[in-house]
Amino acid sequence: MEQQTVTEDHAPTSAASTMDQRPGLHVDIGQRRRAQHNEVHITLKDVTVKYGTFTAVRGVSLEVPRKEITALIGPSGCGKSTLLRTLNRMNDLVPTASVAGSVRYNGEDIYDADVDPVEVRRRIGMVFQKPNPFPKSIYDNVAFGPRLNGVKRELDDIVEKSLRRAALWDEVKDKLGQSGLSLSGGQQQRLCIARAIAVDPDVILMDEPCSALDPIATLRIEELMREMTSDYTIVIVTHNMQQAARVSDRTAFFTVDVDNPQQERSGVLVEVDDTETIFTQASDERTEAYITGRFG
Amino acid sequence: MSTTLTTPEPSKLRGIGGGRADRLFRGTLIFAASSVLVILAAMIIRTTIEAWPVFAKEGLFGFVFGQQWSVGTSRSEVTGTYGAFPFIYGTIKTSLIAVVVAVPLAIGIALFTNEVAPKWLRRPLAYTVDTLAMVPSIVYALVGMYFFRLYVWGPAGQVIADSPLTSVPIIGGFFSGPVLLSSYWSAANILAIMILPIITAICRDVFAQVPEDERNAAYAMGATRWEVMSKVIVPHSFSGIVGGTMLGLGRALGETLAVAVLIGSSQRWAGRLFAGGDSMTAVIANTFADAHPEAIWALLAIGVTLFFITMFVNIGARLIVARVGGRVGGGAVI
Ligand SMILES: Nc1ncnc2c1ncn2[C@@H]1O[C@H](COP(=O)(O)OP(=O)(O)O)[C@@H](O)[C@H]1O
Ligand SMILES: [Mg+2]
Repeated sequence: MEQQTVTEDHAPTSAASTMDQRPGLHVDIGQRRRAQHNEVHITLKDVTVKYGTFTAVRGVSLEVPRKEITALIGPSGCGKSTLLRTLNRMNDLVPTASVAGSVRYNGEDIYDADVDPVEVRRRIGMVFQKPNPFPKSIYDNVAFGPRLNGVKRELDDIVEKSLRRAALWDEVKDKLGQSGLSLSGGQQQRLCIARAIAVDPDVILMDEPCSALDPIATLRIEELMREMTSDYTIVIVTHNMQQAARVSDRTAFFTVDVDNPQQERSGVLVEVDDTETIFTQASDERTEAYITGRFG
Repeated sequence: MSTTLTTPEPSKLRGIGGGRADRLFRGTLIFAASSVLVILAAMIIRTTIEAWPVFAKEGLFGFVFGQQWSVGTSRSEVTGTYGAFPFIYGTIKTSLIAVVVAVPLAIGIALFTNEVAPKWLRRPLAYTVDTLAMVPSIVYALVGMYFFRLYVWGPAGQVIADSPLTSVPIIGGFFSGPVLLSSYWSAANILAIMILPIITAICRDVFAQVPEDERNAAYAMGATRWEVMSKVIVPHSFSGIVGGTMLGLGRALGETLAVAVLIGSSQRWAGRLFAGGDSMTAVIANTFADAHPEAIWALLAIGVTLFFITMFVNIGARLIVARVGGRVGGGAVI
């Protein structure tokens, strides 16, 4: 049984009771009341993403503060994953996808013609919904990215540092040669986090990183995310309200909108604010309806 | 308050014809499956019996490593000398070279088809390569004989033989001239073309099975398309590639016609690549028409030997695939 530690940020709740709660009823929003946010790391201005002629998300403007956790929430199909993938140009891999508007990372538009998407992805890493280690050893999984960058000598150090950073080192230090697939689901996901941070990004995007995990593994990842804010900016997509409330500093609520002239359904950003504000006094009634479970 | 329950009608669970039809069907299938074994066993036993006098005279070692092949004319006993080494050597040499030429090409074609080519081009490309597999052997033999040999492999061989490669110690001699038009080299090349479709098809299949998630993980770490291909897709497909290679090797070992016309039919084996030689299938195809009975036995002995070599290659392939597949925990298995 994994040991469950409780960080100062959280009221001590058992994993089971946390998961049992209905969305929005007894949300623990922690003590992360913020007087002021950090400087902006990523700025989206009027971002619209289309697949062919279908508009998946329309007109999103959003600021992501540095070294904080921003959660993207909303009903399924409202374009959260799509928007997340535009932040590190993973959408380039979908031939039909097109992005309008601007996405600025440290003030630089990552969609400028002379920007190399490969360089963008080295700085803005990503963790996926399903843990997806390579069918290689634990060591080789973490070393994969650094090796791409030609690192040879300090590889052992990087692997150890990344695994420590992902709170996985103690569990795997004696079996680095074993297949990454031999680990449990939660360990695999932390391995994927270690793998992502091994290339030394400063932003990490996570697309429902806990949806395939059990409650205890989920809590461990959430704790890890809180710890990681000392070094990384994190953007997380989640459909778990409590998760957004527990881990994030800011929350952006998206929904599917049909109120446009063409009558087509596309995702829109309803509002973005401090997580505490969103969960206690959302200014848009759609947000409130969603987080109290009356919708979606 | 009580109610009386009525007994339901029986639901006719006991059908009549079903069981018997099942048994008949099963019997047919068992017969079909076992007939394969019977045919295989009959072929092995029959050819081994026919070939036995030759093995008995030469001994297995003498047959496999003997250098001299001079056929006799008897109908009842073995009077000639039957050392099959030049043919065994030629078969293995041409097949291995064919694999060395074909595998990188097949991997390249499969990667291009699956990963690089625009969507609309992928199917036509795949069909084109698959069509190569439908071309009859005799057509390869003719095209090899009257075109490739003269205008491609001959000149290419000359370039290699004139290159500094020939002065590299140890391996230099292998690439030295003179370049004959009918040679191990020409035979290996036609074999490479002939096994290309099967290896390419298998590579395409196993590449397509690499999970999207794994590619995305690599892309998300800043891998280029080339790096995703070389560091994710090919390693993930390793066991499948090995399987496809072995399958191709098996085909190359058994291919007859094209090799028979292109290998040169020289009964003295040579270490050089560009020299003429002979192979197991080629010597059977080229000499059985006017062979006396004892020479037929000897040719059958070659056939039996080839069968066992091919079988060992296939068993080896399966072992390698199973081991490699198990070690990396997954991957496509042939
Ligand atoms: N590769 C794609 N091609 C076409 N449509 C897509 C693709 N990916 C997502 N979509 C569509 O875009 C919309 C938003 O999807 P997604 O971003 O996955 O939403 P969410 O993550 O919020 O559930 C959905 O209607 C979905 O069907
Ligand atoms: Mg999604």
